[in-house]
Amino acid sequence: MSWIGANLELIADLAVRHALLCVVPILAGLALALPLGTLAWRVRPLRAAILTVVGLAYTIPSLALFVLLPPLLGISFLSEANVVIAMSIYAVALMTRSVTEGLASVDPSVRQAAVALGYSPWRRFWAVDLPLAGPVLLAGLRVVAVSTVSLVTVGVLVGIRSLGYLFMDGLQRGIPEEIVAGIAATVLIALLFDLALVLVGRVLLPWTRRPSRRAARLRLTARGAA
Amino acid sequence: MNLFRDALAWLLDPAQHTGAGRIAARVLEHLGYTLLALAVAALVAIPLGYLIGHTGRGRQLAVALSGAARALPSLGLLTVLTLAVGIGDAWLAATVVLVVLGIPSVLAGAYAGLEAIDRDVIDAARATGMTEWQVLARVEAPLGLPLLVGGLRSAALQIVATAVLASYVGLGGLGIYIQRGIALRSYDEMLGGALLIVALAVVVDAVLAAAARVARTIAAPARQPAVHTAD
Repeated sequence: MSWIGANLELIADLAVRHALLCVVPILAGLALALPLGTLAWRVRPLRAAILTVVGLAYTIPSLALFVLLPPLLGISFLSEANVVIAMSIYAVALMTRSVTEGLASVDPSVRQAAVALGYSPWRRFWAVDLPLAGPVLLAGLRVVAVSTVSLVTVGVLVGIRSLGYLFMDGLQRGIPEEIVAGIAATVLIALLFDLALVLVGRVLLPWTRRPSRRAARLRLTARGAA
Repeated sequence: MNLFRDALAWLLDPAQHTGAGRIAARVLEHLGYTLLALAVAALVAIPLGYLIGHTGRGRQLAVALSGAARALPSLGLLTVLTLAVGIGDAWLAATVVLVVLGIPSVLAGAYAGLEAIDRDVIDAARATGMTEWQVLARVEAPLGLPLLVGGLRSAALQIVATAVLASYVGLGGLGIYIQRGIALRSYDEMLGGALLIVALAVVVDAVLAAAARVARTIAAPARQPAVHTAD
């Protein structure tokens, strides 16, 4: 524990950098995948093309992407934008599929009911389709958040500082404690992001809260009676 | 785009195709680590996944453990395990990391494949007098094959991508070109290596996509509306 005690400041500094590198990709994943996934879901001829492209983007190994992006975009290898953009690409790739699946999971009769009530397509999307697709989107976003936090560590191999620095430094200096501290801090950040998303989900999607035992029992009794 | 032309020149340079460090040898190393890890992951996860899918127990635990495994950074696991076993046995550390990475996808594919089967089909199989083993081998396994192959496909993709890290513990594979390219600031080598890695990942994915199509024809030779393949 001596290494950890002597280097708390370094760990905290790297943890903050690490968390900040993850915020934009997670938000961008949702923001960009919403229109893209909706397009794929609504315009059938485009669906296969969009899903193939995002599938292919997801196939590119992260270290290769970190190396390929800078010359393509004209940015520095050491720029944080490199990692942020690479992670955003994966996030969009994962989330586009979630958006399409989420929208497809909405009961068509609910949608027809909204049409019958006179909802415009725009309002129907925001008030009916999107909230009902919410649980699938949330599940997708939780996967995105956790894998982003874990993948960002690879950025250290092209020189971008994150908790991954502790892995390579620990390996070179032969300090297992340093690596374990890095792993623990990474997992902790992933858990915090996950927790935050679950809480946001509770607030935005209150009807998906697990029913209390009493409510579940009542429902069972009702079903038994019927 | 000049850099990419240099990378292409590097890839075509005869120096890259002779000697012990030639590209073909690195590709084989990379595929070797990938196949070994995928095979071990399949040996562990398929029986376990079938057990979960057949009995309907333990799913929650599997989901929770898979989620936790996703949070573990592979690079951290690789470096700490390498220190634990010693650099001489780094291949063992790398294999463990890649197996841990592959298990959740294969496991999910195995039990999801069984869960997606219409319960009536399984009850019908039991009603005709099949033993539990026969139900598993003749009904559940073939019908669950498409989702299992889907799980193997995503596991293979993750393993191929992560095997790139193997060179950082002295194991070679295709990551070595990126590692060396960055250290020596030779952009042609690192870009060439990155292109090779992408190409290998795309090829591996395409091969397993083809396997998935074969699996679907095995599961649904004529008509099988009850099985939903998550495509």
